[in-house]
Amino acid sequence: MYTFSYQKPSSVADAVATLTGDDDAKVVAGGMTLIPTLKQRLAQPSALVDLGSVPGLTGIRRDGDALVIGAMTTHATVAADATVRSALPALAALAGGIGDPAVRHRGTCGGSVANADPAADYPAAVVGLGGTVITDRREIAGDDFFTGLFETALEPGEIITALRFPIPKRAGYAKFRNPASRYAVVGVMVAETAAGIRVAVTGAGASVFRVAAMEQALGGTFSPAALDGIRIEADDLNTDLHASAEYRAHLVTVMARRAVEAAS
Amino acid sequence: MPVSITLTVNGRPAALTVEPNTLLVDAIRQHLSLTGTHVGCDTSQCGACVVHLDGVSVKSCTTLAVQADGRNVTTIEGLAAPDGTLHPMQAAFKEHHGLQCGFCTPGMVMSAVDLARVNPNATPEEIRHWLEGNICRCTGYHNIVKAVESGLQAMKTGAAAQAAE
Repeated sequence: MYTFSYQKPSSVADAVATLTGDDDAKVVAGGMTLIPTLKQRLAQPSALVDLGSVPGLTGIRRDGDALVIGAMTTHATVAADATVRSALPALAALAGGIGDPAVRHRGTCGGSVANADPAADYPAAVVGLGGTVITDRREIAGDDFFTGLFETALEPGEIITALRFPIPKRAGYAKFRNPASRYAVVGVMVAETAAGIRVAVTGAGASVFRVAAMEQALGGTFSPAALDGIRIEADDLNTDLHASAEYRAHLVTVMARRAVEAAS
Repeated sequence: MPVSITLTVNGRPAALTVEPNTLLVDAIRQHLSLTGTHVGCDTSQCGACVVHLDGVSVKSCTTLAVQADGRNVTTIEGLAAPDGTLHPMQAAFKEHHGLQCGFCTPGMVMSAVDLARVNPNATPEEIRHWLEGNICRCTGYHNIVKAVESGLQAMKTGAAAQAAE
């Protein structure tokens, strides 16, 4: 790792002030992506601003017809939380399938969303459930948040404080996971929400995306068979050593069917 | 610029001065000379470096020492009783030959002890899932799973015996 200074702000405002005053400072949440990145010298921040001691960024609460999850809440906490398991079991399952137990004990939902890894699970939840990203200064609709490969709508110095997920009528998540990293080769969140069906795909493209044809078909009949014959174009999908674009396109339909089957 | 931190390691206070980019595992191994915690892959995959931070298993190769400031760290050295009596999970690994070369063992045992907190009645399949982040390159998983199953039982029996006293 290159050298950096370490800041431990005691409030979100302090953290924002540090980030605003130093363009090269970076936020560290759980560090499950950032620390490996630093170890490979792929990043050279001047300072790490650790949100670990900032009060008010953890916890899960029900707010009317939605769940609000603090940005520093770990995947293990989301996976085990009784409120999440009863109101949004698909989200508990998604969080419980990230990495391995030791990673889930450190990794946070806010960190995952801010990092916007194309193979991360949380983007499928934020977009597939019609969620909202809450920051220190505004609320950003999930549909507008992920703007590209590792790119989001966050401004420099903007910090995610919580995620809000409307509780769907039913939802399911299925992923074809890389057996070594447990990242999604393809992951699909399917949800029946008050505003209609949503289908969001992670792992397949540069960034999470919705599949209108599947949403339309499931709006007619919410069953795996409704997805028969719907094929995704491979043109813009990822090819790497784990899977070709064509294989990922095939997996999108397979995972979508499994997500519908799993929906509850 | 170096940072002063205070940890409680295996029940004892430890005051350290570390660089912000010092990993927790390096603070444990090099600053505190507790070399039972191993560095295998150094990429948060293999789990040889697993320790408990405030009672929860984490990969110390992917945690900064400064992030542990003010917190409790338990390493493999902290499991056995002061008189050397092995922790029930350590004893189970010995009994069931849950190790071959032994390199992954500290992390395996620390992960297995944490499983007792989360799922003390874990089935062999659940044990295998729990150990997804711990890699044994001798591929001795069969006996490791047997050892963990037995160790979980022994931890329950030990806890029950303590409660009865």
